[in-house]
Amino acid sequence: MSLRLQARKLACERDDRWLFRDLDLELHAGEIVRVEGPNGSGKTTLLKILSGQLADFDGELYWNEHPMRRTRQDFLANLLYLGHAPGVKAALTPLENLAWYQALAGEPDDEPARFAALSAVGLVGFEDLPAGQLSAGQQRRVALARLELIPRPLWVLDEPFTAIDRDGVADLEARLAAHARRGGCVLVTTHHELADTPALRRIRLGQGARDVEL
Amino acid sequence: MSNSDPHLAREADAVRLFREPEGGAGVAIRATLKRDLVLLMRRRSEVLNPLVFFALVITLFPIGISPDPELLATIAPGLLWVAALLAALLSLDSLFRSDYEDGSLEQLLLSPQPLPALALAKVAVHWLLTGLPLALMAPILGIMLALPAGSYAVLALSLALGSASLSLIGAIGAALTVGLSRGGVLLSLLVLPLYIPVLIFGAGAVQAAIFGEGVAAHLAILGALLAVALILAPWAIAASLRISING
Amino acid sequence: MWAFIHKLGSPKWFYGISARLSPWFWAAAALLIVVGSVWGLAFAPADYQQGNSFRIIYVHVPAAFLAQSIFVSMAIAGFVFMVWKIKVADMAAAMMAPLGAAMTFVALFSGAVWGVPTWGTWWMWDARLTSMLILLFLYFGVIALRGAFASRDSASRAASVLAMVGVINIPIIKYSVDWWYTLHQPATFSVTSRPAMPLEMWAPLLIMVLGFYCFFIAVTLMRTRSEILRRESNKRWVRELAGEVN
Repeated sequence: MSLRLQARKLACERDDRWLFRDLDLELHAGEIVRVEGPNGSGKTTLLKILSGQLADFDGELYWNEHPMRRTRQDFLANLLYLGHAPGVKAALTPLENLAWYQALAGEPDDEPARFAALSAVGLVGFEDLPAGQLSAGQQRRVALARLELIPRPLWVLDEPFTAIDRDGVADLEARLAAHARRGGCVLVTTHHELADTPALRRIRLGQGARDVEL
Repeated sequence: MSNSDPHLAREADAVRLFREPEGGAGVAIRATLKRDLVLLMRRRSEVLNPLVFFALVITLFPIGISPDPELLATIAPGLLWVAALLAALLSLDSLFRSDYEDGSLEQLLLSPQPLPALALAKVAVHWLLTGLPLALMAPILGIMLALPAGSYAVLALSLALGSASLSLIGAIGAALTVGLSRGGVLLSLLVLPLYIPVLIFGAGAVQAAIFGEGVAAHLAILGALLAVALILAPWAIAASLRISING
Repeated sequence: MWAFIHKLGSPKWFYGISARLSPWFWAAAALLIVVGSVWGLAFAPADYQQGNSFRIIYVHVPAAFLAQSIFVSMAIAGFVFMVWKIKVADMAAAMMAPLGAAMTFVALFSGAVWGVPTWGTWWMWDARLTSMLILLFLYFGVIALRGAFASRDSASRAASVLAMVGVINIPIIKYSVDWWYTLHQPATFSVTSRPAMPLEMWAPLLIMVLGFYCFFIAVTLMRTRSEILRRESNKRWVRELAGEVN
């Protein structure tokens, strides 16, 4: 299992200004990479580009040394992305939500695993309530349960700590560290200050508010 | 090759912990079908609204034109088809909207499964809970419009066939406008011109049945339109969803 | 071939080459349209059925041709943009849409005017006119969709997809409308499907059609050039052109 995501000369322009330019970066197994920068500096955009959602950028992406265009399917099979919106259906129960994600990810249908994932994020007793009746933090936890449920090496997490209480934050931080330790890779944006570990690396965005000039 | 090398041990560990997806697209498609069916069954009003709208529009015509059964009978095939088409259109905007708003749509796009197939599953559910009920309800409204006998089965059949094409074509428009805050009117503008061939042959089938002509040709053309839509629309829907998620 | 496509894709190169080409198209358009109009309006023989009113054909038919061709060109440009990410293609497509809608409107309007002496009414649900009307709605859809997006890249790609979907549907719409028309009004005289015209009638028509095409190319080149300047106004070569940078 190799894991290497590279970006070369990445540049993204929005409304006639560069969010970032000439950005080279590499993600390896065993790393936690935190993207930092003020609001509007393009953190979410960068995460969307690196998770293969945006096409409107300059530069090249490589997944395990191959251009992303040709390895997209393999890349997606290794990726777990958590966006701003939790992706939790209000009318479905947490169990039903996870069942869909399990099938969508190509995992075998496994109800005990879903229960285990929900209990790992502290949702025991809420498995069969419609997610719409849960609090925002609990809905976010349903989304985070996917990290337990679906074994993928590359995690791309956009503000995963939003709406989570203090215990949950500590749990999640430990989970990120554990993931890196066992050879996974985490790319994350967050306003929460992550504890310094050897695995943690930072990428700073935000000097991008220059006029476009070629 | 000893396990004492920490690097190698970690690699082996990783192989055990991270699996590549095993289930094929079939599992994902079935799960998506099931999920959308459950979702719509829990929000029944979304299923019922197009049907009520259909009945309401049909009620407006005798009031607006004339209650004369002879007059109504001549225009009934067209009225029923146009009203059903508008009712189907009405329900399209919600096809991808809630998925877009709660973030499920980006997850759908990032799954390692073929997106056209998943989109097709969503459209199938839309047809099953909108087009098919409209087709089953149309004969009842046909009675109210004094639709001549002998054309009721053809009405239901042509609507069932035609509404599948309408769902597929409409889903392209819904996918293109899902990222726009006021996409509703625009959706109609994009989709209605493309509905015209289906309308022509659908209403034509009912008319042919009334005149006692063969309806096989009309239904065959409706079937052909559906086949073309089935082949091409999923790709267009997938491409459109990818565009919409870009914002 | 690849090098050529990429060269064509560079806005700067396109800006240069189009500057050299467009005067020729303007000249050809002016010459052909003047010759065609004078010949068609003054010298071509009058129609044995419709008299002089048939002469509106010299506007109606070229406009109708162009209306359909522009939609096809727009879809091709959209395809080129989607597949090879050539931005000039998208700029051209964006500039073609209003012109296509205008041509569709001209075809509809001239058809309506033609209807007065022929049918005694401004509007008949004639197959040709109905197809034109639907085409006009398709143009409106593409223009409206492009305008609705905040991000230019999304707008371009959405408009490209819609143009491609539309171009697949145009023949289907056309045939189904023809079929619908013959079903409902089998005996009515249709203005444009007519017996073979004598040479003196169709030669000026051919010249007019060619003139309209040259006009379309010239206008598209000109408008694409200004669109290039607008979209690339921050690029160095444009600023050099404007004399801002030495």
